[in-house]
Amino acid sequence: METTKLPPTSPSSPTTSFSVPSAEKVDGFPRRSMRRARQRRSHSSSQFRYQSSQVELTPLPLLKDAPVAELHDLFCKKLQQCCVLFDFLDCVADLKGKEIKRAALNELVESVATSRGVLIEPLYPEAIKMISVNIFRTLPPSENPEFDPEEDEPTLEASWPHLQLVYEFFLRFLESPDFQPSMAKRYVDQKFVLQLLELFDSEDPREREYLKTILHRVYGKLLGLRAYIRKQINNIFLRFIYETEHFNGVAELLEILGSIINGFALPLKAEHKQFLVRVLIPLHTAKSLSIFHAQLAYCVVQFMEKDATVTEYIIRGLLKYWPKTCTQKEVMFLGEIEEILDVIEPSQFIRVQEPLFKQIAACISSPHFQVAERALYFWNNEYILSLIEENCQVILPLVFATLYRVSKEHWNQTIVSLIYNVLKTFMEMNSKLFDDLTASYKVEKQKEMKRERERADLWRGLEEHQDRRMQMLTEAARNQRNLQERGERGDPPTPSSPQTAHSDQPEPKISGASSSSSGAGESAT
Amino acid sequence: VAEEGGPCSLSKMAGADGDDSLYPIAVLIDELRNEDVQLRLNSIKKLSTIALALGVERTRTELLPFLTDTIYDEDEVLLALAEQLGNFTMLVGGPEYVHCLLPPLESLATVEETVVRDKAVESLRKISQEHSPVDLEVHFEPLVKRLASGDWFTSRTSACGLFSVCYPRVSSTVKAEIRQHFRTLCSDDTPMVRRAAASKLGEFAKVLELDYVKSDIISLFTALASDEQDSVRLLAVEACVSIATLLPQEDLETLVMPTLRQAAEDKSWRVRYMVADKFSELQKAVGPEITKNDLVPAFQNLLKDCEAEVRAAAANKVKEFCENLPEDNREQIIMTHILPCVKELVSDTNQHVKSALASVIMGLSTILGKDNTIEHLLPLFLAQLKDECPEVRLNIISNLDCVNEVIGIRQLSQSLLPAIVELAEDAKWRVRLAIIEYMPLLAGQLGVEFFDEKLNTLCMAWLIDHVYAIREAATCNLMKLVEKFGAEWAQNTIVPKVLGMANDPNYLHRMTTLFCINALSEACGQDITTKQMLPVVLKMSNDQVANVRFNVAKSLQKIGPVLDSNALQTEVKPVLEKLATDTDMDVKYFAQEAISVLALA
Repeated sequence: METTKLPPTSPSSPTTSFSVPSAEKVDGFPRRSMRRARQRRSHSSSQFRYQSSQVELTPLPLLKDAPVAELHDLFCKKLQQCCVLFDFLDCVADLKGKEIKRAALNELVESVATSRGVLIEPLYPEAIKMISVNIFRTLPPSENPEFDPEEDEPTLEASWPHLQLVYEFFLRFLESPDFQPSMAKRYVDQKFVLQLLELFDSEDPREREYLKTILHRVYGKLLGLRAYIRKQINNIFLRFIYETEHFNGVAELLEILGSIINGFALPLKAEHKQFLVRVLIPLHTAKSLSIFHAQLAYCVVQFMEKDATVTEYIIRGLLKYWPKTCTQKEVMFLGEIEEILDVIEPSQFIRVQEPLFKQIAACISSPHFQVAERALYFWNNEYILSLIEENCQVILPLVFATLYRVSKEHWNQTIVSLIYNVLKTFMEMNSKLFDDLTASYKVEKQKEMKRERERADLWRGLEEHQDRRMQMLTEAARNQRNLQERGERGDPPTPSSPQTAHSDQPEPKISGASSSSSGAGESAT
Repeated sequence: VAEEGGPCSLSKMAGADGDDSLYPIAVLIDELRNEDVQLRLNSIKKLSTIALALGVERTRTELLPFLTDTIYDEDEVLLALAEQLGNFTMLVGGPEYVHCLLPPLESLATVEETVVRDKAVESLRKISQEHSPVDLEVHFEPLVKRLASGDWFTSRTSACGLFSVCYPRVSSTVKAEIRQHFRTLCSDDTPMVRRAAASKLGEFAKVLELDYVKSDIISLFTALASDEQDSVRLLAVEACVSIATLLPQEDLETLVMPTLRQAAEDKSWRVRYMVADKFSELQKAVGPEITKNDLVPAFQNLLKDCEAEVRAAAANKVKEFCENLPEDNREQIIMTHILPCVKELVSDTNQHVKSALASVIMGLSTILGKDNTIEHLLPLFLAQLKDECPEVRLNIISNLDCVNEVIGIRQLSQSLLPAIVELAEDAKWRVRLAIIEYMPLLAGQLGVEFFDEKLNTLCMAWLIDHVYAIREAATCNLMKLVEKFGAEWAQNTIVPKVLGMANDPNYLHRMTTLFCINALSEACGQDITTKQMLPVVLKMSNDQVANVRFNVAKSLQKIGPVLDSNALQTEVKPVLEKLATDTDMDVKYFAQEAISVLALA
């Protein structure tokens, strides 16, 4: 057992795949590896602080040796014994106590998992209390403020040897055939669930994995908590999206939601649609999208498969949040669009094809070849190709100009040849339309340039107009003030200084908003 | 009366202006609807131009309804719109029409994206001041109420920021309603809304009548400070500062202190961190008596907190806290309560804690005076000067001036030297750079003798560092030293060494000579420049590396103004003319530039 002997130097470094020998991390920047070594030492301290005085643990008789009459009493005592917390930062402290608790936890796990009739009502509050005392804690600050879940090693929970067993016990408890939701719901209440959800922010992936399974079981067995759980997950996501951009357990929560969505009744409730539109779609804006994109895309597609009418919300939402500068994210978005198109209903496709293919055309002309390539791959998908063919009259005019231009301009040969294939496909689909578009390409281009010129003229006119108006206003204001001053003091008319003209009337405010008119004040004097 | 000239004439002008028809609204709206986001954004940013072209009336009747109806766009466009509308009062006809701007801003205050919403709230707050008291009640306050009772959390969040701007200017019945709405939002079941309310609690308390602060705000404050989410609780700490400032001293103990004590011992480190971070403000707000009895032990606990984040935040406040202690027993409090904690922090396991402490600890010497500094603080300074973390040492060195004033730097110089030498040779160039920047300061405090003996070699060694940034900083450092110690010192100690590098086999070092000359010529004066530096520069014009040659041209341009006209004509001009015919185009370019700048053509 990995937990019986603790390595003396790094107590929390586990024997799992998460630990990377520091030698592999030497990259010329010793600070990083130093930081790693340090972070191993200081996790879970927040919890231990509140243990005021240490209790000396004495081993109890084994559960399996106990007479049936005393079994429950002993079980209860073991649960109470397991409420004692140990300092795992000090790896040599109280080794005996740690071992007693570990053995007790192991016994409890085994007992709940294998023997029937153990879980009787009086044990519920004791069990939930033991679980709460052990797992609910304020997660310590991240040792690495710019922690990048893709690049950096996660900080691991120091007290994992005990914590793992507590989670294991909780899971077995929930999965036991003896488990009675009606009894549990008195103790596994809203407050309990809220604290459980907060733990999903743990940096330790092993802990989040347990939490995921546990929350899934709770959701499955305690029906009264379902709406509350969904609402609190919403809150976590909204906070993640709009406030902190930091939460470690987004992927795990989405994974649970994936299966929850699967079970939604039809027609979809307004609450669920709102969740899709106001939470799931905005989640795409997160900086760390890559970590949970697979789970997110799965949820989105689940929604579509449930109810095809949400397709338009989804596509328009994705188009609204389309990445502007991050090409990796753009590739992810394109991947998700393909997943969506794979299951889209033709009637829904027609509703979104126009904005969608404008965006796809924009992606094809991306100078980043992976983006262009990913978009062009759509034409290798047979179902998508059939949708395009059916709506060739609409789609071809949308993408033609781009394809034509990019085929002549793109720096990357792969892209050019992919585009030739796409053009060829279109030619075969509808040669008449293709020829028409080829013929009118130049004319369209010229029309576009003309529109561009007209726009420029319009704005020039508007700006000149603004300058004129500003001048008139400045003069009018000055005249008026001069009149008043003369009226009040009987002074002869004097030109007012530019400063006073500025402070007394609204002109500077407006000219400040538009740089083109900033000269208006001076030219008036 | 003069102020009214603007808006008044604006509406008149707009009415009289004949070219309205030139710009049909449809064309302008097309611009605002352009398919290209960038173009749409440009148009929105020039919304004032459009409004001006339309005139105030059509802006009110056509443009604003259009904007209100079509608010579904990219957040970037909405952000620009929210900002524009805050400056639109004059464009809709002045304060009497300002309420026309409310509908579009109301929609913007409900969107999801935080930056857009915040901007809309900012604009609403701005234009609220332009409403007359009557309009405020008729138009503005109903908007706040609608937002406060909106379905989705976004509108309720926005409402939180609007209560304080309308409260002071409405009737007492409306005031009562506003208080009620605020109360409701403080116990909203969405944590986002409670956070927004908590963050505006202090601001709202400031505009309330004292009786209501005591009756309403305190209970809200207490409730938010014991919220189930730590993100809400920590915001209550911020409000605590404002609330404590508003209340009379005798009420603080009963109304505020229980909550503050609880926050200082909160189970979440984030809340404790917030207390540590706001400690100076809290200390000022509660006054000297409570500070002595309550805050001193609380501060001790924070300095000993189990989370490094909290300790570092508290360590940052050590000096300020001590400075603000009541003077009558300041020294005693520091010596018996604070200093023992500080001593422990010097050997903390976390480098951020140590470096936070190092950045303020020197400030204690002015508070404690000479004897205490020598007896108690000096050992700590010395320990930190030997700390394994360079940042800690740097922070000590960068604050030497405080100690210098109290005990003089000599006390430290023996330990200072090894610390400086070690930093000067640190493997990380950023550390070396940081210590170079303190050199002029150190030189000033340690005096020329000490400097020549111990530090001069370091300053010279930096000139041949393999990182350019270090060589550059070293050059600049020399200039500052010359400014401090004078030209004569430069001539004896620095100039010979710098000029010696002109013969170095490494062209980078030869270039460093030129860079030093650029920096030093002015400080050294005409004599040294002409007699010692110029010959070396001129000789280097024959260097086989083009980079050196064009830097010769640049150097000549730079030191030209220091030279007399005779030297310029007889010595500099021929060399530059020769370089202007160089085979390398860069050399030619810089030589020609120098010729024209020095007017030698």
